[in-house]
Amino acid sequence: MNTDTNINNENDTHTPPPSPKSPRPVGGRGRLSRYVSTTNACKLCKPLGACLAFRGIEGTVPYLHGSQGCATYMRRYIISHFNEPIDIASSSLGEKNAIYGGGANLKQGLKNVTDKYRPKMVGIATTCLTETIGDDLNMIVHEYLKEAGETAEAPILVKVSTPSYSGTHMEGFHAAVLSAVETLCRKTLANDRVNILPGFLSPADLRYLKEVMAEFDLEATILPDISETLDGPALDEYQLIPEGGTPIEEIRTMGGAEATIEFGSTISPKESGGEYLEKTYGVENHRLTMPVGVGATDRFFALLETLSGQEIPERYVKARGRLIDSLVDGHKYIFGKRAVLYGEEDLVVGLAGFLAEIGVQPVLCASGGKSGRLREKVLEATNGLCEVDPEAYEDIDFHEIEARAAELEPDLIIGHSKGYALARKLSIPLIRVGFPIHDRVGGQRILHIGHEGAQQLFDLIANAMIQVKQDRSPVGYSYM
Amino acid sequence: MTAQIYEERRNQIHRKGKKPFAIECDKESLAGAVSQRACVFCGSRVVLYPIADAVHLVHGPIGCAVYTWDIRGALSSGPELHRLSFSTDLREKDVIFGGEKKLHDALIELIDRYQPKAAFVYSTCIVGIIGDDLEAVCKKVAAETDIPVLPVQSEGFKGNKRAGYEAACKAMFRLVGTGDLANISRHSINILGDFNLAGEIWLIRDYFARMGVEVVANITGDGRVDDIKRAHGAALNVVQCSGATMTLAEMMKEKYSTPVIRVSYFGIEDMAESLYAVADHFQDEEMLAKAKKIVREELETLLPELKKYRAALTGKKAAIYVGGAFKAFSLVKAFRHLGMDVVMVGSQTGTKEDYRELQEITDDGTIVVDDSNPLELSSFLREKEVDIFVGGVKERPIAYKLGIAFCDHNHERKEMLAGFAGMMNFAREVYGSVMSPVWKLVPRKQSQTTQLGVSEAARIAES
Ligand code: SF4
Ligand code: SF4
Repeated sequence: MNTDTNINNENDTHTPPPSPKSPRPVGGRGRLSRYVSTTNACKLCKPLGACLAFRGIEGTVPYLHGSQGCATYMRRYIISHFNEPIDIASSSLGEKNAIYGGGANLKQGLKNVTDKYRPKMVGIATTCLTETIGDDLNMIVHEYLKEAGETAEAPILVKVSTPSYSGTHMEGFHAAVLSAVETLCRKTLANDRVNILPGFLSPADLRYLKEVMAEFDLEATILPDISETLDGPALDEYQLIPEGGTPIEEIRTMGGAEATIEFGSTISPKESGGEYLEKTYGVENHRLTMPVGVGATDRFFALLETLSGQEIPERYVKARGRLIDSLVDGHKYIFGKRAVLYGEEDLVVGLAGFLAEIGVQPVLCASGGKSGRLREKVLEATNGLCEVDPEAYEDIDFHEIEARAAELEPDLIIGHSKGYALARKLSIPLIRVGFPIHDRVGGQRILHIGHEGAQQLFDLIANAMIQVKQDRSPVGYSYM
Repeated sequence: MTAQIYEERRNQIHRKGKKPFAIECDKESLAGAVSQRACVFCGSRVVLYPIADAVHLVHGPIGCAVYTWDIRGALSSGPELHRLSFSTDLREKDVIFGGEKKLHDALIELIDRYQPKAAFVYSTCIVGIIGDDLEAVCKKVAAETDIPVLPVQSEGFKGNKRAGYEAACKAMFRLVGTGDLANISRHSINILGDFNLAGEIWLIRDYFARMGVEVVANITGDGRVDDIKRAHGAALNVVQCSGATMTLAEMMKEKYSTPVIRVSYFGIEDMAESLYAVADHFQDEEMLAKAKKIVREELETLLPELKKYRAALTGKKAAIYVGGAFKAFSLVKAFRHLGMDVVMVGSQTGTKEDYRELQEITDDGTIVVDDSNPLELSSFLREKEVDIFVGGVKERPIAYKLGIAFCDHNHERKEMLAGFAGMMNFAREVYGSVMSPVWKLVPRKQSQTTQLGVSEAARIAES
């Protein structure tokens, strides 16, 4: 491995300088050296993740304590991917509040949301503004509850602190999950349910996951669950809060579950709901990489076998068989192809593992996240299957990704739609995965996990490579 | 139905009818009401965004910048710096110790990297709180780099989008008056308030070119810093839209005595009126004749084509919810051309005058609404049995979820809707959505059919 291009030490993962002596890079040619500014970020802001997670809980309205703009921007961003309404309430702070504090607005906002939406729960996330002015969320909410008095309709209030200057949308997502668990879980009798903390998966992934659990005869609490709340049917009547989401009653009993399965290997243990449940209630936490690809899916299914005491249901055995068969059929078209990956760290780790096992070289694994674990986990996932160990960079933006990608001469790009400009510049295909997909329909229907997800990804990748060859061929063969 | 309206917002909704016109507006959004509004920063960003040879650096945490990355359909015929998203990406330590140094270094870095003609620096909410002195940093960097570096005081919480327009205008005003005025024709204008979505300003410029009018600066569609610098050399400011760039026109009027006319390029009458108004201003018969010729020629092709759409769309009902009210006027008229009725019209930031005019040009029963939210909008759409809703991305899923057609009419659209050709596109887009057979499949229509079926059956039973 060429260490010259790949220094990535544990403590300062976002600064992989080309060499100690190299000056601050000038122009766009700098090789992953740290710039002061961020150009075309490869991350989103923390409260957005919290809103997404809250949206996956039954009867919950996500609420941002901040000025109006943040909520509106996030709604727009989320809508453009899911093509679904998402109401995010806001304290709509104005100038006065920024000076004297936003408590009064928060209280009024909570009251209004309660009156009109009749939510079971309100998921309150702070924003940069309210963190900076130092609003004490706990105190304000406490006062609010006292003033409002106990009523039957009063929603549960879950609070989470999400200043964007410390963490990306994924930290916000996990923080919201953790806070929901902390707030709702009670000591309960042991039950034989299984908790799943899937992280930020697509609605299609979550539907698949539910099906798998049902096939194993396991009762699962999947938190959060946006499979319906962000991918609902056409309706006659506008639902203020869509049906679906993780039932609150189920969350309450998560402490009594048999085990927790947590997808994602880069989450810090402090921020993990699974670790919390283990520490507080003794529910064993199984951390798995996101089950993308054969190996990771096998590990997931093996765990389900153990937990359920049942063998893998036949349909999945068959699906796996078909997948392997197709990998054989198509292996030549993709062998040795070089891929650039970017996005949320856990997704990148999962994808890197999958690519490595099918013979694609993930030459660059990039994320705007900053867990400090990306490189280690990518290497673990690719496990010596790559000719050259993949480069992995955290806290990176698209300006840096572009510069490095151009040097690495990739054949394809895998990530969300914000990499389109890069794909276009390099004239190579972009395989769209993750969030956001702002330039295609169906982002919410992309299946990433399990054998079926791997199958779909594989077909996309293989066909993209075949198409490149076909398009560039002077003959234009109409067969492979 | 009325249960969907917040008590506090009751006066921000007017139903045209027997009661005299009264509406409240220009208020801060109600907390918890899921306003469709954005913030001051958004307003500034929208106005300045299309200036394609400037660096637009958002000073703040990452969100504000990342959510505005390449989100508009504003095209450039040359450089495309505006399509990149630059942020100082403030972190915890910057918030504690201040972000001035980071801002300075970021500016130097970006100016070095892209060699822009100017840099705009947007202030966001927390910058307003941590107290960075934007003005001072900009001044310093301007001196070091020898390009204009312009602070935009757009802290999100300091008002709504309109305040952002003003902040943007103030920033641009610093550029105006610094350019060379050589060789500007007597018949010259600046186009203000067109953002070149899908190339609209090129179309408008072509009309003006055919009239013999020189355009000095596009403000800001396909905009260039050097053009804006010499904008004070134009003989007339032609301003579209109610809020966005009016402040700049007013400031120029005061300082440079540049006269102002207000126009709209949406819809047939308004487009034609715009050309005539410019010709009238220059009191030039020949120019007016040319304008008339353009209108005649364009209508010769447009009107016969429109007929087909009109035939299909007559009697259908439309609802409008847009950012600024001025666009709503044109839309009401445009719908009339298609034989359609506007049954609801609203905006995020209209003024009392805007709303008064709106209710005057609409029919009885029409709902006029200020700063609405999904709750109200969805109930209005259902109450009025709307066939098509016009709005932006945030309104789209409300319509679609209820099985109602939709037309995108905001800054993100990729269809040209201005000018005569734009009217054609508009008709096509409305037609293409309203007439889609998919509405036959949605629950709303199916339940209507069953209801119809039931009443039909009841009638038959009675007779
Ligand atoms: S202020 Fe913070 S929370 Fe709001 S959009 Fe910006 S980064 Fe996100
Ligand atoms: S932080 Fe302020 S400026 Fe940024 S999006 Fe939110 S409201 Fe707007």
